Amino acid sequence: MATNFLDRSRSVAGPGFNRWLVPPAALCIHLCIGEVYAFSVFNKPLSQAIGITAPAPGDWSIPALGWIFSVAIAVLGISSAVWGRWMERVGPRMAMFWAAIAFAAGFFVSAIGVQVHQLWLVYLGYGVIGGWGLGIGYISPVSTLIKWFPDRPGLATGTAIMGFGGAALIASPLSVLLMKHFGGPTSVGVAPTFVVLGVLYLIWMMVGSQIVRVPPPGWRPAGWSPTDESGKMITTRQVVRAQALRTPQFYLLWLVLFFNVTAGIGVLGQASLMAQDVLGVTAAAAAGFVGLLSLFNMGGRIFWASMSDFIGRKGTYVIFFVVGAILYALTPTLGQTHAVVLFVLAYCIVLTFYGGGFATVPAYLRDLFGTVEVGAIHGVLLTAWSAAGVAGPVLINYIRQFELDHGVAKNDAYGVTMYVMAILLVLGLICNLLIRPVADRFYVPAGAAEAVA
Amino acid sequence: MNTNTPPSSSNAVALFLAWAFVGIPLLWGVVLTCINAAKLFQ
Repeated sequence: MATNFLDRSRSVAGPGFNRWLVPPAALCIHLCIGEVYAFSVFNKPLSQAIGITAPAPGDWSIPALGWIFSVAIAVLGISSAVWGRWMERVGPRMAMFWAAIAFAAGFFVSAIGVQVHQLWLVYLGYGVIGGWGLGIGYISPVSTLIKWFPDRPGLATGTAIMGFGGAALIASPLSVLLMKHFGGPTSVGVAPTFVVLGVLYLIWMMVGSQIVRVPPPGWRPAGWSPTDESGKMITTRQVVRAQALRTPQFYLLWLVLFFNVTAGIGVLGQASLMAQDVLGVTAAAAAGFVGLLSLFNMGGRIFWASMSDFIGRKGTYVIFFVVGAILYALTPTLGQTHAVVLFVLAYCIVLTFYGGGFATVPAYLRDLFGTVEVGAIHGVLLTAWSAAGVAGPVLINYIRQFELDHGVAKNDAYGVTMYVMAILLVLGLICNLLIRPVADRFYVPAGAAEAVA
Repeated sequence: MNTNTPPSSSNAVALFLAWAFVGIPLLWGVVLTCINAAKLFQ
């Protein structure tokens, strides 16, 4: 069969394989699919695809274009939940291969949609087809890394998910350069930019799918042996997805991720506007603020996930929620006093918690449920991200508009929002503190564990 | 089972190339972002 070379059995690592080749394979995928965070760079050009220099009749509105990102994130959550078990069964190479095909195809279909000016084709291409690739591409390398790094799962997942946060740093300037190159008096250059990005991402992701390997059965790092640390909520036993979904721990963790992401995503979406309104800086300086937040979002992923290997997952989230709530509660005051450096610093730290939350959660799942179906369980948990992707921006936009409609000055319109975000983080803290080790009845019986694996 | 045998020189080259393949573009993005972020404090 033509796809034999993609089979799990063909990607089992041979003797002498260096496990440090797996993180770059994972980064090949995450540095591409994380482009979704930079998609807003196309909003303005797409909103004047007909008028070229300014929106003209028939041009797409910004709210209509905003749905492209929302659909992609929603499909990401759905596809990772639905296809998670398939991914575990067929292995990472097959999953990453199809993720590459889907993500690139999403760009190609969207390019046609832009060329013939049919927005539904862009929703279908980037949102649905590309979103499917996003979901599969997100979970497969993470699950593989957890199996390769049982001694440092936080570091491993942090490395991959750092790539997702860092992708926008590459995609944003690259997209601007390409649009500048292809654009002209008769075109904004988005369609050919999509084609070039699709080809580049296809190649990059295919390289990742070829590098990746799964460890042979029973493999473990030299000098490391698993220890059951139930007191620290680190199990050596296994819970399959169907059983995991019956545990209160799964739903508490879902809420933990939901509250953490809702608080962060709302700020990310409003960062440019907020910097201009509160600090009174120029649009260019506000773009610098957004870039800085992206850097800290990326850095927080590797830093906090690695730290969680030492201080525990629960302790790491306690830091996110306690310090995050304090910082959110302080930012309105910092903004009012125009303490620019402290204001920026507070948001940068908060964004490390946002990124760190994404990167630490797979290791948290592995601690609670074992490794055997961690990718499938992670896939379902990512629906919390989809829900937060809607709730965060809606919440922050609604509150800001409510404040403005009631006569609050622009630079003060974010105060209530930040207090609400602080409350969300306190709710997340409560959920995190309620997480206890999984009850015995949910684990795969000792004799059956190897068969399941 | 333990397959962590000492890496060969070809393994080391593969490792370097794989990390460079992802590291160089990421470094480019980080440098550009830092340059843009500097405008915030000017």
